Amino acid sequence: MSDRERDASPAPVVEATGIVRRFGPTVALDGARITIRPGETHALVGRNGAGKSTLVSVLTGLQAPDEGEVSFGGAPAPRLADRDAWRQRVACVYQKSTIIPTLTVAENLFLNRHERGRGRLINWQGLRKQAQELLSTWSVEVDPQTLAGDLSVERRQFVEIARALSFGARFIILDEPTAQLDGAAINRLFDRIRDLQAQGVTFLFISHHLQEVYEICDMVTVFRDARHIVTAPVTDLPRADLVAAMTGEAAVDRLQVRSNTPDRSATSALSVQALGRDGAYRDVTLEVGAGEIVGLAGSAGSGRTEVAETVVGLRTAHTGEVAIAGSRPRPGSVPAALAAGAGFVPQDRHHQGFVPDMSIADNTTLSVPHRLGSKGFLSRRRRDRLADSMIENLAIKAPGPQLPVSALSGGNQQKVVMARALADDPRLLVLINPTAGVDVRSKEFLLHKVEETAESGAGVLVASDELDDLRMCDRVLVMFQGRVTSELARGWHDHELVAAMEGVDLDA
Amino acid sequence: MPETVLTDPAATTREPGPRRVALLGGRIPLARLRDLALVPAIVVIAIVGQIVNPVFLQADNLINVLQAMSEMALLVLAQTMILIVKKMDLSLESTMGLAPGVAAWLVVPVGAGHGLGLLPGAWAIPVTLAVGALVGVINALLIIRFGLNGFIVTLGMLIVLRGVLTGISGGQTFFQLPNSMLYIGTAEWFGMPASIWICLVLFAFAIVVLGWTGFGRSLYAIGGNIDAAKAAGIRTERVLWIVIVTGSVLAALAGLMLSGRLASVASAQGNGYIFTVFAAAVIGGISLNGGKGTMFGAFCGVLLLFMIQNVLTLAGVPAQWIGALNGLIILVALAISRITGGKVQE
Repeated sequence: MSDRERDASPAPVVEATGIVRRFGPTVALDGARITIRPGETHALVGRNGAGKSTLVSVLTGLQAPDEGEVSFGGAPAPRLADRDAWRQRVACVYQKSTIIPTLTVAENLFLNRHERGRGRLINWQGLRKQAQELLSTWSVEVDPQTLAGDLSVERRQFVEIARALSFGARFIILDEPTAQLDGAAINRLFDRIRDLQAQGVTFLFISHHLQEVYEICDMVTVFRDARHIVTAPVTDLPRADLVAAMTGEAAVDRLQVRSNTPDRSATSALSVQALGRDGAYRDVTLEVGAGEIVGLAGSAGSGRTEVAETVVGLRTAHTGEVAIAGSRPRPGSVPAALAAGAGFVPQDRHHQGFVPDMSIADNTTLSVPHRLGSKGFLSRRRRDRLADSMIENLAIKAPGPQLPVSALSGGNQQKVVMARALADDPRLLVLINPTAGVDVRSKEFLLHKVEETAESGAGVLVASDELDDLRMCDRVLVMFQGRVTSELARGWHDHELVAAMEGVDLDA
Repeated sequence: MPETVLTDPAATTREPGPRRVALLGGRIPLARLRDLALVPAIVVIAIVGQIVNPVFLQADNLINVLQAMSEMALLVLAQTMILIVKKMDLSLESTMGLAPGVAAWLVVPVGAGHGLGLLPGAWAIPVTLAVGALVGVINALLIIRFGLNGFIVTLGMLIVLRGVLTGISGGQTFFQLPNSMLYIGTAEWFGMPASIWICLVLFAFAIVVLGWTGFGRSLYAIGGNIDAAKAAGIRTERVLWIVIVTGSVLAALAGLMLSGRLASVASAQGNGYIFTVFAAAVIGGISLNGGKGTMFGAFCGVLLLFMIQNVLTLAGVPAQWIGALNGLIILVALAISRITGGKVQE
C-alpha cells in the first residue's frame, strides 16, 4: 500500500529485508522486513510469538540473521563483534534493566569509559559534571549522584535513553517501555519521546497497547506468525483493521463448544465486592456462580493477575471484600483461602507452582497434609496412593510418583500444579495463565479438566490474556488499567476481546 | 490514552524523585558517608581503651595491634575484592598455610623435620607466591571456566589444601626457615615492622585501584549486574580471573609474613582465619551480594576488630574468654550495621 510512496524519501535509518531466523525447528522470523525512516516513531506490534523480540535482537546486533540483510543509513550493518559500531547506530531500552543498581547514575552513564584525569586515574568531579551535562542536554531531571537502584522505573528508562544517546545513536528501540509504568508516567514518557523526535531521534516503539501506538507513533508495522503483515501510517490503518492484522482472518470465528448453564440456586463460589488495591486495581466487583467459568481478561499490567492473587490470599486488598463459597477467609492468608475451598494455579509455575527437586507425590500433596495422616505425621502410603490417583486423573506422563517434578516436560509440570489445585476438591478454582508455556495437547487436556471441574459444581476464575484459555468461559470480564471495563458473553469474536483488552473502542 | 487517566489526580502531581540524604550542603552523599561509618566507632574504642589502660595509646601497643592484624588484613583485602565481584573464596586461609609450607618443605634442609632441602633458601619467596598463584588459577578454572559454585569449590579447596599441608609436614611444624622467609616478618623499615608497611601500602594501593581506575570500577559493575557489565564492554571473565588469582597470591603473601614473624610454618597455620576475615569484611560494609563496599571500609572493619581484642586483653579479660567475646563482638557489630545501614542483609 503506502510502502511505495515511502520509497521516494531519503535513505532509511534502518532497513531489514528478508530476515530469516530459526531456533532449531521453530522459525522465529520468516522473511520479515522493516524499514524505518529518519525522524519517525515507528510502532512494531504483534501478538506473543510474532517475532518482535527476535527482530529486536537482529536489529541491535545481538543475533545474526540466518538469511537477509540489515543496513543502517544505506550502509551494511557492522560485524557482530564490533559492539562500539553497533552502539553508535542503534540503542535499545529493554524491559530488563541494563543498569547496575549499586553504582551511581553518573557512573552508570560512563561505565567503562570513565573520564580520566591525572595519572590515568578516574576524575570523579569531571565525571559528575559530564553526567550532569549529559542529563541536562536531554533534560532528564535526575541527580547524577543517586544510586541507580534507587531510581523509579520511569527515571531509570530516561537514564538509559540518555546513555544510549551519549553513544551517538539517534535510533532507539523501546521494548515495551510502558509495561511497568502507571498512566501519568506513560504520559511523561510520551512527552519525552515527542521532544526527542523533534530533535531528530528516530524510535522503534514496541507495545502491546494499541491505543499507545495511535497516540505516539507515525508508522506501524504488524508482524504475525514470524512474518511481516503490513506497514502503514497509523492514520491509514483504523483500529479494527490493525486488530484484524494482528489476529489474522482465520482466527476470527472459532466454535465455542461449551454450553453449560451455571446453577444459580447454589451459593456462589466466589463473590468479590468493590475490591481495590492502590496501584493495581480499583472497584472490582465480580461473582462466580457454582459450576460457572468466568474469564478475567486483560493485558499485562491491567490488574487481572493481582485480582486473582488477592482472591487466593497472595495479596491483600486495601478495600473491599472477598467471599469464597459463602465464607470470608482472612484477607492476605493463603491457608485461609484454601481452607475456605479455593484451589489455585499460580501465574509462574517455576516460581510459585512447585518445588522442582521434590517428587510428584510430594508436590501434588503439598497443600493437603491433613489428608495424609494425623497429628502432624504423614503416611507415605496414603501420600503415594493419593498421588497415584492424581497422576492417573490428570494423565501425567511419569513412570511413578517418586520422579522429581523438574524431570517432567512443561505440560506435565503444569498438570502437577493443576493436580495440587484439585487435590482438595475445591469449591472455587482460580487459574492464572494456566496454559503458559504448555504444548498444544497438554493445553487441551488442562482446559478440558477445568470444564470437568466446573461441571462437578465448582466455580472457576481464569485470569489470562491467552484467547484459548478464555474461549471456554461462560462470560469474560475484561480489565483495563485496573478496572473491569467490559463483559463479554460466550460467543465473542477474537477481535472484540483483543480490542477490549487493548482498551480500543472498535466503533470509534 | 483514555480520558480517565488524564483526569486522574496522579497525572498532575509530578512523581517526587528519590531524595538524596546528604551533608555539607549536599556535597557528600550519605552513600559516601557510610564508608566512614566505622571511624567514630574506632575513635570510641580508642578512648575506651585509653581509659581502661593508659598503655593502649602508646606507640608500642599500637604497632603491636597493627602488626597482629597485618596478615589478617591482607586476607581481608583479598576477600573484599572477591566479594565485590560477587564471588567468595573460603580457601584463602589454607592457601595462607600451604604456600609458605611448600616453600619450607622444599627449602628446609633434610633432618630438620620433614624438609627436603631441594632448593636454596633464596627460592622460598618465589615458591610461596607461585603456589599462591597456582591455587588461584585452579580456583578460577573451576569457578569461571567450568562454572562450578564458588562456595563449594573453595570449600573443597580449603579442605584439600589443609590436607596437603598436613601431609607434607607430617602434621608437624617446619622450623629453621631460610633468612629470606624470616626477613619479611622481622625486618623494620623506618621504625615500623615491614609487615605493617606492606599491609598499609597494599591497602592504599587497593583503595586507589578500586576507587579511581576503570579496572577497579569494573569489579563493582560485575558484582552489581554482570550482564550490564558485559553490555558495557567490560571483559568480565578476564577481570574475574585477575581478581581470584590476585586474591590467592595475597593470601600466600600473608602466609609468608606470618611464617616470618613466627619463624615457623605450623601445619595449622591460618586455620579458622576465614571466619574473622568474613566478619571484618561484612562489618566494614562489604555486601555478600556483591557490588557494594569499599576497601577503606574493609580496613576499618579489621582494625576495629583487632582494637577491641587488644582492649579486652589490656582490660585483663582471661584469654580463655577472648574467643567467646570475639564472636559476640562480630554479632553486635553486624546488628549495629543493620540498624545504621537500614537494609536487610542477605
